[in-house]
Amino acid sequence: MSTAVPTPNDSGTRRRPTARSVAVWSFVALVGAVAWTVLALARGESVNALWILFAALASYAIAYRFYARFITYRVLRADDSRATPAERLHNGVDYEVTDRRVLFGHHFAAIAGAGPLVGPVLAAQMGYLPGTIWIVVGVIFAGAVQDLTVLFFSMRRDGKSLGQMVREEIGPVGGAAALVAVFAIMIIILAVLALIVVNALAESPWGVFSIALTIPIALFMGVYLRYLRPGRVLEATGIGVVLLLAAIVGGGYVEQLGISDSLTLSKETLVLALVVYGFVASVLPVWLLLTPRDYLSTFMKVGVIVLLAVSLLIARPVLANDAVTTFAREGNGPVFAGSLFPFVFITIACGALSGFHALIASGTTPKMIAKERQVRLIGYGGMLMESFVAISALIAASVIDQGVYFAMNSPAGATGGTAESASQFLAGIGITTPPETLTATAQAVEEDIVSRTGGAPTLALGISQIFQSAFGGGLQAFWYHFAIMFEALFILTAVDAGTRVGRFMLQDTIGNVWKRFGDLSWRPGNLIASAVVVGAWGYFLYAGVTDPLGGINQLFPLFGIANQLLAAIALTLVTTLLVKHGRVRYAWVAAVPLAWDLVVTMTASWQKVFSDNPAIGYFAQADAYRAALDAGRLLGAAQDAGQMQQVVTNSTVNGVLQAVFALLVIVVAVNAAVVVARALRAGSLPTTEVPAVPSRLREPAGLFPTAEEQREAAGREEVLR
Amino acid sequence: MRRLVQELRWYLREVDGRSRWERYLAECAAHGHPPLTRREFERRRADARAGAVSSRCC
Repeated sequence: MSTAVPTPNDSGTRRRPTARSVAVWSFVALVGAVAWTVLALARGESVNALWILFAALASYAIAYRFYARFITYRVLRADDSRATPAERLHNGVDYEVTDRRVLFGHHFAAIAGAGPLVGPVLAAQMGYLPGTIWIVVGVIFAGAVQDLTVLFFSMRRDGKSLGQMVREEIGPVGGAAALVAVFAIMIIILAVLALIVVNALAESPWGVFSIALTIPIALFMGVYLRYLRPGRVLEATGIGVVLLLAAIVGGGYVEQLGISDSLTLSKETLVLALVVYGFVASVLPVWLLLTPRDYLSTFMKVGVIVLLAVSLLIARPVLANDAVTTFAREGNGPVFAGSLFPFVFITIACGALSGFHALIASGTTPKMIAKERQVRLIGYGGMLMESFVAISALIAASVIDQGVYFAMNSPAGATGGTAESASQFLAGIGITTPPETLTATAQAVEEDIVSRTGGAPTLALGISQIFQSAFGGGLQAFWYHFAIMFEALFILTAVDAGTRVGRFMLQDTIGNVWKRFGDLSWRPGNLIASAVVVGAWGYFLYAGVTDPLGGINQLFPLFGIANQLLAAIALTLVTTLLVKHGRVRYAWVAAVPLAWDLVVTMTASWQKVFSDNPAIGYFAQADAYRAALDAGRLLGAAQDAGQMQQVVTNSTVNGVLQAVFALLVIVVAVNAAVVVARALRAGSLPTTEVPAVPSRLREPAGLFPTAEEQREAAGREEVLR
Repeated sequence: MRRLVQELRWYLREVDGRSRWERYLAECAAHGHPPLTRREFERRRADARAGAVSSRCC
C-alpha cells in the first residue's frame, strides 16, 4: 500500500513549529493536566465546577489542534483543490456554498438538542467523574471522529444519506437492516424526547402556558416571513424571542388570570395534545410552523448556552455531587438501573457519541460545505461544541443538593410523591435530606419537584440556581421556567422535524412497491404516513407515561442503546470505507471507537435482554411480574392487576425491540466484515466516490485564516487589480 | 473592536438571508435576467426546500 507523500505546497505537511506555538500549546496542556489531576485526586473535599470546565476545554483544544488535523489531513486526505458538491452542483436550494462560520451554526443547531442536556443529568447519579471522563474522552476519540468522517465521506458522494451509503458500499442486506434500524431508532428517540416534555409540563400550568404560546408565536413568524416581510429572518426571530420572553413572564400570572386549573394537565392529556400536535405539524407546510420554530429554538439554544457558560464563570459553583457514588459501584441507583459499565456510556450518548449525528452529517451539511478541509471545523468542531453543552449540563446537575437530585429523579413509585415520603425514601438510600429542604426548593421555583423525572426539570433547577447566584435578583422561578421553555422548545422542534423526516422515509420506502405512496405531494399518502409515524412514537410515549415503574427509567436505556447502535452502523461504514479506499493503515481511527461502541452496546443489550435481575433485564422483569400476577400478588410500584399487566406488556415490547436493534446492527457489521475481508485481499475496492473536479473557490480551511491563506488572498486581490 | 462589529454585522446579514438575496440580485444583473420579487424569490426557495427537511437531533 502506498503511504501518503505530502506534496511540498500541502499546508498539511509538517513544518517546524514556531516557539510561540510550542509555548501556547504547552500551556494549554499544562492547564488540562492540572485540571484533570485536581478532578482525579479530590475526594471528600469541595471541588469547584470550573475544574471540570477547564479540563474539558483544554482537552478539546488539544484534540482539535492535533487529532482532528491528523484525521483530516492524513487519514482522510481532505483536498482543497477538489470542488465540493456545493461548488459543483450549486442550485441555490440544497446545494449551496455556505460560509464556514454560518454552516458551523447550521450544523451545530441541527445536532445539538435535548440529548446532551438530559443524558448527563441522569448519569450524574453515578457521580460527576465517570460522566466527565466519558464525555471528554468519548467525544475526542469516538463522537467527533464519527461526525467528521461521515461528513467527509458523504461530501465525497454528493451528500448521500447514511442508509444509501451503507447500501451501496456494504451491500443490500446491510442497507436494508440499516434503513429499518434508522427508522425504528428515530421512533424511540422521538418517544423519549416527547416523554421528557410531558414529564416537565405535567401539573405545571406555568410551563403549559408558555409552551402552548410558542405555537401561535411560531405561526405568526411563519406568516410574517411569507407574506408581511418575506425573508427577514432576523426581524421575525427578534419579534418571536420578545414574545417568547413575554410568554414566560406571563406564565407566572396564570393563577391571577384564573386559568391555572384549566392549564393543569395530566400526563395522559399532554400525550394526546402532543400526538395531535405532531400529526398536524407534520402535514402543515414547513414555512408555517416548522421553519419559524426552528429559528426560535436555534436562537434560544445558542443564547442559553452562551449565558450558561458565562454564568458558570461568574458563579463558580462548588460541586455537591460525589466524584463517584456508591450507585456506580453497586449498580442499584434509583434513576436508572445497572452498573457503571456499560450504563454510563449508554446514558450519555449525545455529547460523547451520538449515532443520530451521522444522519445529519450525511444529508444537509455536506451539500453546503465550501471546502473539503472545512470538515474539521464543521464536523469535529461542531461535535466538540455539543460535548461542551453536555459538560455544562453535567455541572448543572452536580451543583444541586444531592437529596434534591435524587428526590426529583427517582420514579414516583419509589418516592411516594410528597416531600415527607421522599425524605424517607432518601434516608433509605443513605441520603439525609429533611422534607423542608425539598419544600423550600419547590417554593423557590414554584413547582412540585418530587419525582419530576426526565432530566429536564433537574437541569432547569441547576441552571436556575447558577443564574440566580451569577446574576441575583430573586428570579429563580423565572429562570427555572425559562430553562424548561428552552428545552421544551427544541424538543418540540425535534418532534416536528423528526416526524416529518420519518414520514418521508416511510413514503420513500413504501414508494418502492406502491409508486403513488412515494409522491410527497399526494395528500392521502402524507396523512397516512404521518399517522403511522405519530402513532408509533405516540404508543411508546403513552406506554412510558403510564408505566408504573417510571417511563424514563424504562425507556431511556433503550434510547441510549439505540442511539449508540446507530453510531455503530456509522462507524462500521467509515471503517469499511477506509479499508476499501486502501487506507488500512489508518482504519484504527474508526475501528477502535467502533470496537469500543460494539462492546458497550452489545453488553448493554445482552444485559437488557438476558439479565436475570428484574431491575435490569426486560424479560426477567416481565417474568417476575407475570409470576406475581398469576399468584395474585402485587410487585414494586404497581397498584393493581391492570398495572401489573402493563409492566408485563411494556417490558416484553421493550425487550423484543432491544433484541431487534442489536440483531440489525450485527447484520450490518457481518455484512461489512465480508466486504472488508474482500477489500483486504484485493488491497482496495472501487467505491462510489465522485471523481475529483478542480475547485475554483479559495476559502480558509479553519475558523480563522492562517497567515499563509491571508497572504494568498492578498496576492489574488493584487492580481485582480 | 471596529473589526469585531463589522464581522458581527456581516454574520447577522448572512444568517438573515439578506446576503443571499443580494447575491441573487448580483447574479441576475451579471446574467442580464430580470430578477424575481423578493417575495417570489423567498417563496420559491422555501417551497423547493420543503421536501428536504433535515432532522433535528435529540
